[in-house]
Amino acid sequence: MKLNSFKFRHSLFTGVFFAILSVSMVSCGGGSNGGGSDSTSTDDALIGAGSSFDNPLFSKQFSEYSKTNGLKVNYQSVGSGAGISQLTAKTVDFGASDAPMNGKQDSALSAPAVHIPITAGAVVLSYNLPDVKDTLMLTPGVLADIFLGKITKWSDPAIAAVNKGIKLPSTSIVIAHRSDGSGTSAIFTTYLSKVSEEWNTRVGKGTSVNWPAGLGGKGNEGVSGLIKQTPGCIGYIELAYAIQNNMPYAKLQNKAGNFITPSIASVTAAANIQIPADTKVSLTNTDAADGYPISGFSWVIIYKEQKYGDRTQDRATKLVKLLSWMIHDGQQYSSALYYAPLSSAAVDAGDAVLKTVTFDGKPVLQ
Amino acid sequence: MDTSVETGIPTRSDLPLRVINSSPEAILKAQKRARLSFRQIRTENIFNKTLMLMGLIMVILVLGIFLTLIVQSLPSIKALGPKYLWGEVWDPVQDIYGAWPFLLGTLLSSFLALIISIPFSISVAIFLGEYHPNGWLPNFLKNTVELIAAVPSVIYGFWGLAVLVPLVRTFESHIGVAPIGVGIFSSSLILAVMIIPYAASLGRSMISMVPSHLKEAAYGLGATRWEVIRSVVLPYTKSGLFAGILLSLGRALGETMAVTMVIGNTSLIPKNIFAPGNTMASVIANEFTEADKPVYLSALIELGLVLFLVTVVINMIGKKIIDRFTND
Repeated sequence: MKLNSFKFRHSLFTGVFFAILSVSMVSCGGGSNGGGSDSTSTDDALIGAGSSFDNPLFSKQFSEYSKTNGLKVNYQSVGSGAGISQLTAKTVDFGASDAPMNGKQDSALSAPAVHIPITAGAVVLSYNLPDVKDTLMLTPGVLADIFLGKITKWSDPAIAAVNKGIKLPSTSIVIAHRSDGSGTSAIFTTYLSKVSEEWNTRVGKGTSVNWPAGLGGKGNEGVSGLIKQTPGCIGYIELAYAIQNNMPYAKLQNKAGNFITPSIASVTAAANIQIPADTKVSLTNTDAADGYPISGFSWVIIYKEQKYGDRTQDRATKLVKLLSWMIHDGQQYSSALYYAPLSSAAVDAGDAVLKTVTFDGKPVLQ
Repeated sequence: MDTSVETGIPTRSDLPLRVINSSPEAILKAQKRARLSFRQIRTENIFNKTLMLMGLIMVILVLGIFLTLIVQSLPSIKALGPKYLWGEVWDPVQDIYGAWPFLLGTLLSSFLALIISIPFSISVAIFLGEYHPNGWLPNFLKNTVELIAAVPSVIYGFWGLAVLVPLVRTFESHIGVAPIGVGIFSSSLILAVMIIPYAASLGRSMISMVPSHLKEAAYGLGATRWEVIRSVVLPYTKSGLFAGILLSLGRALGETMAVTMVIGNTSLIPKNIFAPGNTMASVIANEFTEADKPVYLSALIELGLVLFLVTVVINMIGKKIIDRFTND
């Protein structure tokens, strides 16, 4: 009996030990989303994480860059929010995001960070209307009313008024939106918030919102799956995805009143505007007369002061040179992958930001 | 001595005397044997302790997960309070989180799936356990049913989206509901297929374990096969069958990938079983990566906690029911 109780106590101790271990793991996990080991200093490769939208372009750019400079870049396509979390936890050299950091994310950082516009993309409205051969045209007001669930039939006079000469069916409109949190949703809802006061107050903008109507699909492929399958369906997807999969997409009226077909050129045009010094500008509802209104930058985010942790001057220089190459020479790979090359205004703004990046107080780029 | 050699029968004097041998070799031998049995005891103890440790690790793991969920959902519990459970709006933009639509979606789709799957799983169990326990066709059927459990759920999702959803859409347009295709009903159908093997295999092994003398007695009294199944086999195995059904319900509650592909993923409260909805597991899977605000992330984790508790409660109720069945 005595032996038994000793054994029991012994195992109790083991149990308590593991319990404490698990609790301490819990509290560690609470602090930082990224967790994991600090891999920045283990080998020579730069590490980035974030936007999945940027991933195909980055893969191409990094492989081209390593051919000439021998620099390896390891990019984890985990999503914009997760990329920012990992930058906050300092487990990566750079984060990539389709939306600029918001106030709460900014305040979570231990040191100021800078945004460098790296590429631009667009969100298009794809639809499934088998009998309609012409390209559908939409105005911001009609679009907002469709997604608010106020226009429910394709034969609605408001749609007919914009699409003169197109015979629209009387089928119900089925709305498809993203079910997963995504930068695509953020750009789209930011646009709707700008053009519709009702959308702004009722729904707002964000990577995930409370959709007033419609079905959710996971990822671009989920939304396009719904569009392809459901007659009368309309949904928003990335331009590149729509082009690659031959999906029809609507012309949209921009701020200047022109109906714009989304294309690489019209997205680059949308970015040809006055860009503020911090480059955190939304291209949605652009002022540019020939710009497609639902466009947006994607940014690379790095710390302004590169000396943190055990980072070396060499690593900081490599990073900044890589980014500089990406916004200049690296842009030649954009069009083939259906990304919009940066406008000259955006490249200039990016250059200016990179010049402010320092190591131990001294500018990295001389 | 001599006589014994001649007759070949040993006499008393031939038997070796039982004396305690105190020669050094003998002591060494005895010590060796003692060491050996000590080692056996030690092995026994180590084995015992290993088993105990493994068991403990499992308990600690579950407790650790539970603790993690509680600790990480504290911010959301503090900010939203119990209203979280019956709140009907899930609005990440304004930081309003209510789990009710997803709780409803989870329970609705899982129980509907259970209702659809029960006739199939019980039939398969009776067919394999009672009618045809052996032979190539029953074996083939048995393996097929087990294969259903082995297919990854994303494949069910694809199949559901490509085959089932268009069929459901046609069906919906015939009965006069909005022909969307995706929705609670479609996800219940997919779930029903996925959970059949759990109840079926457990039911089959339970039914094949019914003592044959009970069945033979019933046959002896002139019962038909149907009567034997109804009044001997099913009453004898009801707790096992119920346990299988419970197991499949647990699977349905937590299924994520296949459901999220066909349920329609909307935060609106489903108006009927054909309407699109969402489940707790699929909301977590969808929104976790881009949950960019602390309260948002915490609200998603609290959703996980609710799912955990729902599963625990349903299991406990099930255990109670099983106990009652087996006691009478």
